[in-house]
Amino acid sequence: MSDTSLQAPGAGTIPGKVTASRKGTRTRRRFRPNGSALVMGLYLLFLMLPIYWLVNMSLKTNAEILGAFSLWPRELTFANYTKILTDASWYMGYVNSLIYVVMNTVISLAVALPAAYAFSRYSFMGDKHLFFWLLTNRMAPPAVFALPFFQLYSSVGLFDTHIAVALAHTLFNVPLAVWILEGFMRGVPREIDETAYIDGYSFGRFFVRIFMPLVASGIGVTAFFCFMFSWVELLLSRTLTSVDAKPIAATMTRTVSASGLDWGVLAAAGVLTIVPGALVIYFVRNYIAKGFALGRV
Amino acid sequence: MTLRLDGVSRIVGGQVHIHPTTLELQNGTMNVLLGPTLAGKTTLMRIMAGLDVPDTGRILWNDKDVTGMRVQDRKVAMVYQQFINYPSMSVYENIASPMKLMGQSASQIKTRVHEVADMLKLTPMLDRKPLELSGGQQQRCALARALVKNAGLVLLDEPLANLDYKLREELRQEIPRIFEESGSIFVYATTEPEEALLLGGNVATLSEGRITQFGPTPRVYRHPVDTITARVFSDPPMNFVDLRKDANGMSFGGGAVVAVPDTLRDLPDGRYTAGFRPNHITLNPREGAQPLEFDTKLAVTEITGSETFLHLDHHGERWVGLVHGVRDLKQGQGLKVYVDPAHLYIFAPDGALVATAPYAEAA
Repeated sequence: MSDTSLQAPGAGTIPGKVTASRKGTRTRRRFRPNGSALVMGLYLLFLMLPIYWLVNMSLKTNAEILGAFSLWPRELTFANYTKILTDASWYMGYVNSLIYVVMNTVISLAVALPAAYAFSRYSFMGDKHLFFWLLTNRMAPPAVFALPFFQLYSSVGLFDTHIAVALAHTLFNVPLAVWILEGFMRGVPREIDETAYIDGYSFGRFFVRIFMPLVASGIGVTAFFCFMFSWVELLLSRTLTSVDAKPIAATMTRTVSASGLDWGVLAAAGVLTIVPGALVIYFVRNYIAKGFALGRV
Repeated sequence: MTLRLDGVSRIVGGQVHIHPTTLELQNGTMNVLLGPTLAGKTTLMRIMAGLDVPDTGRILWNDKDVTGMRVQDRKVAMVYQQFINYPSMSVYENIASPMKLMGQSASQIKTRVHEVADMLKLTPMLDRKPLELSGGQQQRCALARALVKNAGLVLLDEPLANLDYKLREELRQEIPRIFEESGSIFVYATTEPEEALLLGGNVATLSEGRITQFGPTPRVYRHPVDTITARVFSDPPMNFVDLRKDANGMSFGGGAVVAVPDTLRDLPDGRYTAGFRPNHITLNPREGAQPLEFDTKLAVTEITGSETFLHLDHHGERWVGLVHGVRDLKQGQGLKVYVDPAHLYIFAPDGALVATAPYAEAA
């Protein structure tokens, strides 16, 4: 049997010498720019540019920042970072922020977990309205609540405390947390609950031992959203604090000294502010899409 | 030990899911709830388990009223149609969890779990997570969890429905053997009459939230009390035809008047519904018998391999016939089919049984 007999019918009729020209095609392809890589490259470039510029600035001296245009630091310096990490008025900003952010995340989750469970498992009078009504709290900008919160917390002596900011942020985080968690919980078959009760689990034990591990990714995503909102929110946290619980974002906006803006230190503070968020995102990166869809993927 | 349902009913949102039902299940018996989907099998089981509270009636467990008792305090076990395990625990922990909650010692738990795992061929998978197992193994894990508990009442809600054919056959044979020794009350819900017959024990046929008949499985099969039971407990469903008997003879549906066979001689004149099972339709009458002959038209044939389903049209009534072997028949052709009068059940127009088929009486 000859080689040609193995060809598929019609293979010989393709115009042009397909096999002979293959070598030429291959050499040409090497120079052809890959369209998707190009677009992605440009996208990443624009995405990373501000962050790069921030890092770039944080490693320069003030003189260089205000001087000539330079793509990378000519005189590499870590003095800006040293200043932040040694000066209490700077690093306490991070500590304060972290304290109220963690407090807020814990409170939001502790409140939202049972609420979401109830919404996902029971039907009671007005449950759908209540579920929707939860979201209305998110429809107003935080600025609306700045004044009432300020007055309320001042009058009960909570002004300038971490718990004040944490509580203020739960107003926005609890509804979102309930929505996200409810979506995740709905995905768990009700029969698991019943099987657990039949097996003899009490509700509390079932919830902690069996149910929470099942919605662990949902809890992670919810914690992320709570963390992120609280971490980046500036208006309420600045209004409700003065000295003792002053968040880092507020510190950054108040660094105009007699000698003008300290560009390098501000940039370093900016870099350090990005880090916790980036870390948290890294841990929940696989579930974020589901979280944005409120667990309903 | 007995489980007694005393006038139990359940109404959800104005719709009656279970009509008042009284049922007594004896210790160490296999009880099959047989009925089509939405017949109320699961609802009845949930009431027995205590997951749902009946709207009326009482549940008596050894003559003790347990109607409002928490699920956790009852000694029941349940296996669902879906494979329900605790995904975050290993198979071992899954099986061990009911025992742990009962406060048994670690060594006791270990022996028992291994014993049950051995019985259900789960020993090599004990360290794995349930979701890493095949469907059949997941369901066996759920069965094992129901078994270790030594519950007085074990509820199996269509446990094999989501399994593929071969696994189903395998587990179906194992289940009665596994549960035989435990001496508990077993309740097994299924939609398949075949499964009920294979499991034996007692059967309760359900239709639209009502138990139509309860008794030993072969007896219910042979002596259905009404047309509903006969229809439920036959796959494909029993064929029915109007029967009119008078002085001249008898006629079936729109068919001609024929002579009354010996077996129906004692039947008073009047109108009835005659029923016969699909497997009693034949294409060739047996020698020496005097079968009833029906002129039908073949609507559809379904060939399963060793058997052929014939969908027949008898003067507007749809019948199903089950005959052996592969038949080469044309759609739409006229077909003479035969039914031995000994295979005929006679029901009154309201559905109640008037005369059992003589063949069943003899068996």
